[in-house]
Amino acid sequence: MREASDGKFLAGGQSLIPLLKLGMASPDRVVSITGIAELSGIERSGDAVVIGAGATHADVASSDVVREAIPALGALAAAIGDPQVRNRGTLGGSVAHADPAADYPAALVALGATVVTDRREMPAEEFFVGMFDTPLESDELITTVRFPVPEQAAYVKFRNPASKYAIAGVMVARSNGSVRVAVTGVAGSVFRATQMEEALANDFSAAALDGVGVGDVDALSDVEASAEYRLHLAGVMARRAVEACG
Amino acid sequence: MNDTGIGAALRRKEDARFITGRGRFTDDINRPGQAYAFIVRSPEAHAELGAIDTTDAESAPGVVAVFTGADLAADEVGGLPCGWQIHSKNGTPMVEPPHPALAQGRVRHVGDPVALVVAETKAEARAAAGLVDVDYRPLPPAANLVQARADGAPLVWDDAAGNLCYDWELGDAAATDAAFEGADHVVTLELTNSRLIPNAIEPRAAIGEYDPSADMHTLYTTSQNPHVIRLLMGAFVLGIPEHKLRVVSPDVGGGFGSKIFHYAEEVLMTWAAKKVGRPVKWTAERSESFMSDAHGRDHVTTAALALDAEGAFLGLRVKTDANLGAYLSTFGPAVPTYLYATLFAGCYTTPAIYANVKGVFTNTVPVDAYRGAGRPEAVFVLERLVDKAAKMLGMDRVEIRRKNFIQPDQFPYQTPVALEYDVGDYEGTLDTALELADWGGFPGRREEAASRGKLRGIGLSTFVEACGLAPSAVAGALGARAGLFEVGQVRVHPTGSVTVFTGTHSHGQGHETTFAQIVSDRLGVSADQVEVVHGDTGSVPFGMGTYGSRSLAVGGSAIYNAVEKVIEKGTKIAAHLMEASPEDVTFENGSFSVVGTDKSVALGDVALTAYVPHNYPEGLEPGLEETAFYDPKNFTFPAGAHVVEVEIDPETGVVELVNVCAADDVGTIVNPMIVEGQMHGGLAQGIGQALLEECIYDDEGQLVTGSYMNYTMPRAADLPYFKTGHNITACTHNPLGAKGVGEVGSIGVPPAVINAVVDALSDYGVDHMNMPATSERVWRIINGAGG
Amino acid sequence: MSTVSLTVNGKPVSADVESRTLLVDFLRETLGLTGTHVGCDTSQCGACVVHVDGTSIKSCAMLAAEVAGSAVTTVEGLASNGTLHPIQEAFREHHGLQCGYCTPGMMMSGVDLIAQNADPDEQEIREWLEGNLCRCTGYHNIVAAIKSAAATMGGAS
Repeated sequence: MREASDGKFLAGGQSLIPLLKLGMASPDRVVSITGIAELSGIERSGDAVVIGAGATHADVASSDVVREAIPALGALAAAIGDPQVRNRGTLGGSVAHADPAADYPAALVALGATVVTDRREMPAEEFFVGMFDTPLESDELITTVRFPVPEQAAYVKFRNPASKYAIAGVMVARSNGSVRVAVTGVAGSVFRATQMEEALANDFSAAALDGVGVGDVDALSDVEASAEYRLHLAGVMARRAVEACG
Repeated sequence: MNDTGIGAALRRKEDARFITGRGRFTDDINRPGQAYAFIVRSPEAHAELGAIDTTDAESAPGVVAVFTGADLAADEVGGLPCGWQIHSKNGTPMVEPPHPALAQGRVRHVGDPVALVVAETKAEARAAAGLVDVDYRPLPPAANLVQARADGAPLVWDDAAGNLCYDWELGDAAATDAAFEGADHVVTLELTNSRLIPNAIEPRAAIGEYDPSADMHTLYTTSQNPHVIRLLMGAFVLGIPEHKLRVVSPDVGGGFGSKIFHYAEEVLMTWAAKKVGRPVKWTAERSESFMSDAHGRDHVTTAALALDAEGAFLGLRVKTDANLGAYLSTFGPAVPTYLYATLFAGCYTTPAIYANVKGVFTNTVPVDAYRGAGRPEAVFVLERLVDKAAKMLGMDRVEIRRKNFIQPDQFPYQTPVALEYDVGDYEGTLDTALELADWGGFPGRREEAASRGKLRGIGLSTFVEACGLAPSAVAGALGARAGLFEVGQVRVHPTGSVTVFTGTHSHGQGHETTFAQIVSDRLGVSADQVEVVHGDTGSVPFGMGTYGSRSLAVGGSAIYNAVEKVIEKGTKIAAHLMEASPEDVTFENGSFSVVGTDKSVALGDVALTAYVPHNYPEGLEPGLEETAFYDPKNFTFPAGAHVVEVEIDPETGVVELVNVCAADDVGTIVNPMIVEGQMHGGLAQGIGQALLEECIYDDEGQLVTGSYMNYTMPRAADLPYFKTGHNITACTHNPLGAKGVGEVGSIGVPPAVINAVVDALSDYGVDHMNMPATSERVWRIINGAGG
Repeated sequence: MSTVSLTVNGKPVSADVESRTLLVDFLRETLGLTGTHVGCDTSQCGACVVHVDGTSIKSCAMLAAEVAGSAVTTVEGLASNGTLHPIQEAFREHHGLQCGYCTPGMMMSGVDLIAQNADPDEQEIREWLEGNLCRCTGYHNIVAAIKSAAATMGGAS
């Protein structure tokens, strides 16, 4: 991989292979990393759940460890794409691809996860820097993601009826008295809705979000949804996520 | 009735191959020595074509040949013909521009074919296509109806002023004006009928092959009508006589209209196969399908309904701009005219109707028939107007329809828009639908939904469609350039089994089963003794294919008549065997009998005698095989009443379908299981249009919704189980009494969905919304931001 | 080019493939198993669904090289010894197909669902079919067929 000028790791391939087919990506080398056992474990480690980058969405969705510690993460994984995508697509692949409408980035940011690569560790908020953009070097491989276990968390999304990607997806997580709200699908990259976080820190209820927006973000506007609608939906999804925290 | 005859819910004969993965679709076929084609398509909506440099592509690995429009012109290859000529109201024929298989001079829509690359493998053809260097000199586009009709709009064709193909009318303008003048109420509506992309799941494909030893061309193609393709391509494009051109449509994975038309790729593969001396295969990638399959609908309409004080309809006036795309597709001009405006009486006694339709060229993919073809557009106009009228007059939506229905004793009923309905019972069908939907219980359900914070609405549509295309003389008088009869050939083999050849084509409709049931019913042989052959001009005598819900009513009737001829001949043979007069011989349950005696002889014995004519009637030809050409006397008129109930989440605008009920009068039902399936499929496509699907071009003429990532196809979770019912009146003028079922769902359900959505939003001051009722559009209405 | 060895429908197979070859093209073109179909180029229609080591995947979104050593099952491998699989019987009995093009993918997806959820309800079936498009049936009879197959296979309570 180091010899390649524009190489790509192929994880589950559910994003990369369609891009290759359509000629929208043309790396000079593709290295498959599926089936590497060290990359696919899911385990509880102290106050965190550590998930191997090679774990498929189906693996995460059906993991007893995840279900017990962070059920919201399992539910998120169980609603990515469709069953066949979940059987192939991986956590690491999704995180590295950094699609602005993907679900996992919301979980990583809301839960305060750490992205662990073969050479360093990065907090999720520093990892998702832009649309399809991360600090990963072209030969750098994500090995695991470490998710701190929250007291409560829920993810609710509004799906694009065609692509099934999130038009607005919101993860709300509560730990040690602080609340984090991460929004995906709405802007060029996942972001934290800090005004919502403050409102919820004072009063953790859906009503506390009345009149509170996701903040001053440059919302996407396209044929799938206007910026105005996306921002509105983010608010609705946030309230529903708080309610789902029960 | 025998247990495999008419009325039996027989399991389909064709399923055996499809469920085991042994279907034979065009892309499954590979011919010895086959090369692969890839088509270079215009990325520009409108541009002058400068130089096309094929040098790099020609020298790329595996490339066999690269062709451009100049090569076609040099070989004097003709353009794709249009099968229907419309005349404007001033008598002038429509503007009929050329339609070359590879663009010449200009490209006129994104996806317009520019060059053909033939290579050893598909990957090599695709790679080399990227090396064809085309000098596009962009021109401003007319990307939609509004742009195309604006003053000073760019012209798609220089000789089509105002981008008008035709300015056509139907009905009595003066009588309609008078009706409006005397009316107590006038309801007006401006609406669009959204543009759709048919999206059969099997992409189009074609393989051309040429055998120089026999000078024989063969084309395998994903077509709904191989004989029509042979006729059009042979006679008008490539100059190949019918006896030297065989067109095969094997298993075809859905059509919905989009595979009726004669496409450029069929010409290119047939022509290129002879040029390169090898079979050449092309299979569309889905993104190509989006920009090269004919699209559907796309109207902008202003309509008005005049009523008296009691709500009786007095007059209807409709003005429509219909998008025809950049070129005239095979039946394109007929769809928004004779398949549209002739439906404006609907199931109502409106005495005066006038319609004016302008066919408009735009820099978009050609528009042609898509499931329903003109009739869904007409029914949408009518049923939205009727609902709006009920609201305006404070009348019940059911009662206003009942009041205006054509009554059963009024048939045959001549409408003011050219059609004569033979039979119907609209009120009975409506009652069936209302019962299925528990219409009366709706207020309680609305209240219960409100307690959950949901907006619940119910909507209705009642409609007639014209199917069974078509009486050839009538169609000819209206501009059709072909007959629209159908052919059935019935071959009883020496041991009594039967092969049926039909000129219709099955691409999901189950003809192999339904047609076998007709033969089984009449000849008394089991359906498994009947093989139905279709889709090959090399074996089927002739045919016009499958579209417009015509296969059973027209094709089935041809088979029925051929069977009658077999019985007639068999009667002569049987009479001879039983030493009786043919007049005394009857045929029932597979046996010929002499009336008033116990003498009988089975069909199998008669068949054997026909092929071993040792003891045989003098002067009678051996063999037991008959062909019937059936030209219908009239169109058929399926009718229905559809009821839809929805729940809207006011926070998100999401519309959930909670009940979809369809009661239809499709005429005689041969196989109720298949009929239900056809209704389901049509409903799903109609719901798709109403709630999800929309083809969008931007102002530059770029296709924005060019993949399944943003063109929303209905999926399983978008739809409920459907409730279906029937209220049958048999067609009076064909031997089966059949009317047609393929399109009822897509025609009837869209206005029922929108009527339900508008009903759910009744507290928000909305009396119309255009399709699709996407969540954002609904949310905007709820938030007063406009739909 | 590399040599890929695997099991397809219970039979060992070994073939040279280019590294870019998609599994679906390997099945259709190299092995001639044309029951697996291609309906789109964005991995959404599901006409190409097959099983790799018992789970359903989209063979248009996987490289042939990735299945080395695996067991692949296609629609051609559903029936055993001339006896149709219950899902095949159910699709025929319930008219779960019309043109037949999406059918192999639908059935392969349905079999995987039933393996994971022996008695799925209507909503679970509809949601599971998220990755399979059908343009003919309106899904009504597909859902009914999968429900019926699950019952036949012994899952119904």
